[in-house]
Amino acid sequence: MTVSAAPRPHVDLQNAVVRFAGDSGDGMQLTGTEFTREAALYGNDLATFPDYPAEIRAPAGTTAGVSGYQIQFAAHEVYSAGDQPDTLVAMNPAALKVHLPDLKRGGLLILNEATFKQSDLDRAGWKTNPLTDGTLENYQVIKVDFEHLVGKAVEGTGVSAKDASRCKNFYALGLVFWIYSRDIEREEQAIRERFKKSPPLAEANVRAFKAGYNYGETIEALDAPYSIQPARLKPGKYRNVTGNSALALGLIAAAQKAGLRMFYGSYPITPASDILHELSKYRRFQLTTFQAEDEIAAISAAIGASFAGALGVTGSSGPGIALKMEAMGLALMTELPLVIINVQRGGPSTGLPTKTEQSDLFQAVYGRNGECPIPVLAARSPADCFETAYEACRIAIDCRTPVILLSDGSLANGSEPWLLPDVNSLPKIDPDFATDPAGFMPYKRDDKLARPWAIPGTPGLEHRIGGLEKDALTGNISYDAQNHEKMVRTRAEKVRRIADRLEPTEPFFDPEGDVLVIGWGGTYGSITQAVIEARQTGLRVGHVHLRHVFPLPNDLTDIAARYRNVLVPELNMGQLRFHLRGQLGLESVGLNKIQGKPFHVAEVRSAIESLARRKHLPAEQEIA
Amino acid sequence: MSAPLVKLTKKDFVSDQEVRWCPGCADFAILAGVQKLMPELGISREKTVFISGIGCASRFPYYMNTYGFHGIHGRAPAIATGLKMANPDLTVWVVTGDGDGLSIGGNHLIHALRRNVDLKILLFDNRIYGLTKGQASPTSELGKKTKSSPFGTVDRPFNPLTLALGAGATFVARTTANDMPHMSSVLKRAAAHKGAAFVEIWQNCVVFNDGAFDEWSEKDVRDERLLKLEHGKPLVYGKTKDKGLRIGGGFTLEMGAADGAVVHDESRDNLSLALALAALEPPWPQVMGVLRAVDLPTVDQLAREQEREAEKSRGPATLQALLQSGDTWDVTAGAGDA
Ligand SMILES: Cc1ncc(C[n+]2csc(CCOP(=O)(O)OP(=O)(O)O)c2C)c(N)n1
Ligand code: SF4
Ligand SMILES: [Mg+2]
Repeated sequence: MTVSAAPRPHVDLQNAVVRFAGDSGDGMQLTGTEFTREAALYGNDLATFPDYPAEIRAPAGTTAGVSGYQIQFAAHEVYSAGDQPDTLVAMNPAALKVHLPDLKRGGLLILNEATFKQSDLDRAGWKTNPLTDGTLENYQVIKVDFEHLVGKAVEGTGVSAKDASRCKNFYALGLVFWIYSRDIEREEQAIRERFKKSPPLAEANVRAFKAGYNYGETIEALDAPYSIQPARLKPGKYRNVTGNSALALGLIAAAQKAGLRMFYGSYPITPASDILHELSKYRRFQLTTFQAEDEIAAISAAIGASFAGALGVTGSSGPGIALKMEAMGLALMTELPLVIINVQRGGPSTGLPTKTEQSDLFQAVYGRNGECPIPVLAARSPADCFETAYEACRIAIDCRTPVILLSDGSLANGSEPWLLPDVNSLPKIDPDFATDPAGFMPYKRDDKLARPWAIPGTPGLEHRIGGLEKDALTGNISYDAQNHEKMVRTRAEKVRRIADRLEPTEPFFDPEGDVLVIGWGGTYGSITQAVIEARQTGLRVGHVHLRHVFPLPNDLTDIAARYRNVLVPELNMGQLRFHLRGQLGLESVGLNKIQGKPFHVAEVRSAIESLARRKHLPAEQEIA
Repeated sequence: MSAPLVKLTKKDFVSDQEVRWCPGCADFAILAGVQKLMPELGISREKTVFISGIGCASRFPYYMNTYGFHGIHGRAPAIATGLKMANPDLTVWVVTGDGDGLSIGGNHLIHALRRNVDLKILLFDNRIYGLTKGQASPTSELGKKTKSSPFGTVDRPFNPLTLALGAGATFVARTTANDMPHMSSVLKRAAAHKGAAFVEIWQNCVVFNDGAFDEWSEKDVRDERLLKLEHGKPLVYGKTKDKGLRIGGGFTLEMGAADGAVVHDESRDNLSLALALAALEPPWPQVMGVLRAVDLPTVDQLAREQEREAEKSRGPATLQALLQSGDTWDVTAGAGDA
């Protein structure tokens, strides 16, 4: 890095956490994504956490309408979006009200001074003015009159006053670019590309962006701007990806590798809709997307498509998954490949649509009528959604079974750099359609206990299937008592055998010791960082993050026995803990948080530390 | 590749499964009618799929020696939509009941119709829940006494035809299981229709709603009480075809002499007349036959066309290129060293 060209020396940091917060209409999600893209292209490792309200536009200026976007970027590997921001951009008093408590003591606070009029303060619920009442004493505050400065910056571009005011977010972005010494040329191009349909708007936004950058320089916002070097990531080609897009790509990859058409049936629901949006763009990959009349139709159509020989996939969130349950049973009985995606959100009922939670594990594993075992996989990070989706499809096709794939709101919208896989190295998937009428029996099984996939259009294999119990060979309706028991046990054994084919579980970090942390899903990042930090205090800690929630890995009990204690952190009341106890007789201590928010690293770390220290343990740790 | 078409007969479409409807159930007649029709269509068995929901009627696919799928209650139109969109080469039939199709599955039915999925939908209407042993259904007439309505129903029934027309169905017809020649001709027309074809079939349930259609179907009254629609022919009825329907004032139909009766035109864009005919209640005659048959693109066709357009459009063509699209960057060994 050449320092000579820089007007001032930089302060090298290892990592930083920045949060952009403002009104839903202030464009904070865009600002965050732009900053993220630049950090990614620069080579930092990063993780993001967008957090937005359920209402499209809650009343302007109220705390209900505050939308936030947090990024942690670093010169080293990053696992979570960070607990506390180092820098907080608050575009109005409501954003300040909501996010100030999280800001690190001594952290940098960028405020839009123009929005601190009495009426704004009232709307946000400030009794006195935080700018003057001492509230901000412990922070480095940069007060900017965005309205005035942006107005001046875009003068002469011909955009309306309203459009001018909407350039504020790029002004703020420019300022943060200066603070973290980011490349403004690449961003300028990106802005021009984004607004290419309207050159005046493009010009206005570029000017606002540059003015923000220059403002930092002119007022000497800091003694020296920060810089954060690229991370030493594994060599290869990268792209920044959100969980929902990685998931969509994983599905396409699986269908393409299997040589199958894919059929995605879905009914819009937060936070799963983006999978439908994403897939709809890629229709040229033999992909039918179907926006159904409801979730039941979405899964039913996907089952119909699987019967036809396509890879049927359906996606939703908890409330929609509840509607799909009966049809999942049908897919299980007809033993057709089907992938059901649940991008979990806060429940029950409509719950917290835009917030994250892990409270649908029971629903996935135990949620249907009858003995209805369905394999359940969970993705652990945005990029991991690709691999997990791929594996879910592979199991569904190999075993002729519905498979549930659990993601969650924080993975769906969060993003991270993704080392792009080489398509040739992805595991093979063979649909192995039945074609030979000689000896064909619709329910004759192979060594995985999978039945033939015999699709309409194949001469000589005409047969009928359905949800009634069927004869173990012919698939014809059978009410025979012994046959029913045999079929129930066979279906269960088919799913159980999936565990026999899993790679041995290798705990991360210490292979034995004080504490084993068992997690699943989107808590991976916080747990990993927490384990790293706990081990720095001398504790011996291992971490197993389950992709296979059901069936569980065969070796889990043995692994757990190598540690003195097992901690299971979850964003629910303890569903995995209960599941481990029920399935394996494995006792553990839970760390449970149900606030619609991810774990802070510090919460998990202190749970590990206190568990390692204490002899007699409560069943559940409280989060303060 | 399908095998060269050998001449098939009705027997080729009879499966090895024992038919388990009650003796005397009109479902038998429909089954026989469909099995007889199949060879006439010139479509191979392997390309034919029957999909159903739940109910007596919905057992139908088990008895057809084709591909078949016995779904869950009400969802057959949705299952069939996925099947047809995944493989438009298949000929897909949906068999449903008045409860299956109009109650629990009403939503799927209307959406399959509005999308114009190329499906042949047969609604066996016995105006009762058969399989669950005799509760009122959405087509049971107001005041009907059933097991679940000992004092008579208080909810007004659906008219399947106006419902289908309202949902935008491109083919709407009614027939009755006790008139085999009529049923055969209507089924044949439905089979030939490209798009969602909806056929209401009056089907007598001998056990729980026997005689539900006697009022219209009995030999001595049927000519007076049923009006058989024929495309391009006047709307006339009666033993000697002496009565007719003509347009009256204020968008209404009028009964009168055969002379001056309106000529039936299935292909009218405007739904008014079809709706008026579909909605006739006694003492008016009930219409039988094809009410509407118009050609509109099907959703399965449109989706495939879009896909072909998408293939032609620019953008990553291979999976590898797709994964690598967007803003990417390379990390080389040693990068990151300051
Ligand atoms: C989800 C669900 N709810 C209820 C039932 C019970 N059930 C089976 S068939 C049926 C009604 C069938 O009536 P209809 O569609 O008119 O068919 P029919 O038996 O008269 O031919 C009901 C309520 C079921 N199988 N599944
Ligand atoms: S209950 Fe009625 S509809 Fe069902 S099989 Fe018997 S007669 Fe037919
Ligand atoms: Mg019925």
